[in-house]
Amino acid sequence: MTRPSGTGEATPASPRTGDLETLLLPKDRQPRRATAVAALRAMSWRSMLKIKHIPSQLFDVTLFPIVMVLMFTYLFGGAIAGSTDEYLQYLLPGIMTMSVLLTTLSTGMTINIDAKQGLLDRVRTLSIWRPAPMIGYLVADAFRYTSASLVMVVVGLVLGYRPAAGVLGVLAGIGVLVGFAFAFSWVWTALGLVLDTEKAVMSVSMAVMFPLTFLSNVLVDPDTMPGWLGSVVEVSPVTQLVTSVRGLTSGVWEGAALLWTTVYGAGFLVLFGALTIRLYNRQ
Amino acid sequence: MTELAVEAVGLVKTFGRLRAVDRLDLRVPAGTVCGVLGPNGAGKTTAVKVLATLLRPDGGQASVFGHDVVREPDTVRGRIALTGQYASLDEDLTAAENLVLLGRLAGFTIADARARADDLLAAFDLADSATRQVKNYSGGMRRRLDIAASIIRTPDLLFLDEPTSGLDPRSRSQVWDIVRAVVRQGTTVLLTTQHLEEADRLASRIAVIDHGRVIAEGTPGELKSTVAAGSVTVRLRHAEQRERAREILARVLNAEVELDPDPVALSTRIGGTDDPTALAAHTLFELSGAGVPVTDFALGQPSLDEVFLALTSPDAA
Ligand SMILES: Nc1ncnc2c1ncn2[C@@H]1O[C@H](COP(=O)(O)OP(=O)(O)OP(=O)(O)O)[C@@H](O)[C@H]1O
Ligand SMILES: [Mg+2]
Repeated sequence: MTRPSGTGEATPASPRTGDLETLLLPKDRQPRRATAVAALRAMSWRSMLKIKHIPSQLFDVTLFPIVMVLMFTYLFGGAIAGSTDEYLQYLLPGIMTMSVLLTTLSTGMTINIDAKQGLLDRVRTLSIWRPAPMIGYLVADAFRYTSASLVMVVVGLVLGYRPAAGVLGVLAGIGVLVGFAFAFSWVWTALGLVLDTEKAVMSVSMAVMFPLTFLSNVLVDPDTMPGWLGSVVEVSPVTQLVTSVRGLTSGVWEGAALLWTTVYGAGFLVLFGALTIRLYNRQ
Repeated sequence: MTELAVEAVGLVKTFGRLRAVDRLDLRVPAGTVCGVLGPNGAGKTTAVKVLATLLRPDGGQASVFGHDVVREPDTVRGRIALTGQYASLDEDLTAAENLVLLGRLAGFTIADARARADDLLAAFDLADSATRQVKNYSGGMRRRLDIAASIIRTPDLLFLDEPTSGLDPRSRSQVWDIVRAVVRQGTTVLLTTQHLEEADRLASRIAVIDHGRVIAEGTPGELKSTVAAGSVTVRLRHAEQRERAREILARVLNAEVELDPDPVALSTRIGGTDDPTALAAHTLFELSGAGVPVTDFALGQPSLDEVFLALTSPDAA
């Protein structure tokens, strides 16, 4: 730390009294209560700053997706679809969805750690729009989800992925994916607030996430599964989401899947959003 | 009647079966400094958190400037600031970023928040480390930054939960200076502490709490007199006269006399007295009449630490 330089000249033992006297803003110069938008922008800015200060947060949206694409294309591609090139067309939208959904996991842990650090306590004593801090996390997360998606598309393109719907279709697919991930992340914010330790958050979210992503059409067509499993997989929100993203990127209109994705997304948002705000308010 | 910054009546907060705050009553007039004093686990932090709208009380009532903390939390939040026992900052952000963030949340524009952050960092002697992450700060710097964060906008009531625990004497006196400056400018302060010296120096009134309840309340002087004990210490010219002196003191003061480790000194605790001057004169008169010369005679009030120990000892409850 920088101590007042020890040059022998007397350094003030405490902040100069003159400075302290003008320390408080007079009553007529107080700011007005922050608007909801201003509070949300400030909290989002903070989450983005955290990415800047802890860049390792970006590993799971850069390295992880690359590894996923390579691994699934070459490990399973030949075995499952016969040819890696063909499989990549089917696989990439699914793997992209799966990676982004797995990326949402860290939200719960971030919040859990944060709640212990104390900043949240201070923020809770401020007179601001209550959901702002929680939404603030997710804005930065949406940025991470978008980066992860773009990284995967680029890697896919290099490996031979050729989305039929072109740039606009891919952007639409990413839009739906990030929108759903944003809504789905509220599950983790609630979990992060409800559980004691980040380890607990980690294990519970893994226990939810793995079945959810694998019991879907990410890797294989549900038609190839036994009947009962096929029907379970068919109604999974992840399946609906993957079908939507696949449809949008390959230029096939999957109306029903898009509708279900929206319904599921809205459900997560409303249910777990409300739960999160409640938990955040209470304590 | 003066306005009350804090009024708590029968406040209760339980954690499972533990009553951390147990029918707490507290009144803090606006513009004053109230010291809440108590041993570890007394419920100080819990009480502060309830008053600062962070915890919901399980019973009783509390209001801040007349606004109920449960029914009108947002109004209360608009008038208070809390510096918690453990730094409530973002450890990963720099000091300047923390203050800009909280400035923006307080309602400043980005430019104004920056200017305000710079002013505060300069006033708190932190300008040189403004761009360092808070996790690399020393305890004293962290505390100052934490207090700076609480006065970005001027609160009407500032909660300071153990503002100087873990600080070296220099940092402690810096914090005291800051608290005094804040109070001079009209903010009410409620501070918790385990150190009587601190409460004695800063607070106009002290509430001693233990097991979640106020067990004594008053000015530092009043608290000292409730324990109703002072001390008389005498030093003799000749050590061999100590037995004589002991008999005289025991008779005059009607109390048990202790022999100090110092062979010429003895002391005794006395009950409360209305007229300490007369008592001293009488004692000295008797000693001199018996031919026992005295080099030092001291009539002491109990120290606040003695008050604290007397009030919070397990058998005092
Ligand atoms: N969140 C919590 N859950 C369960 N028990 C708690 C919780 N917070 C505090 N307690 C308990 O409540 C009691 C009062 O705690 P509190 O932190 O208010 O004491 P304190 O006076 O601030 O002590 P200290 O001087 O050590 O800071 C303690 O027994 C503590 O263990
Ligand atoms: Mg405490």
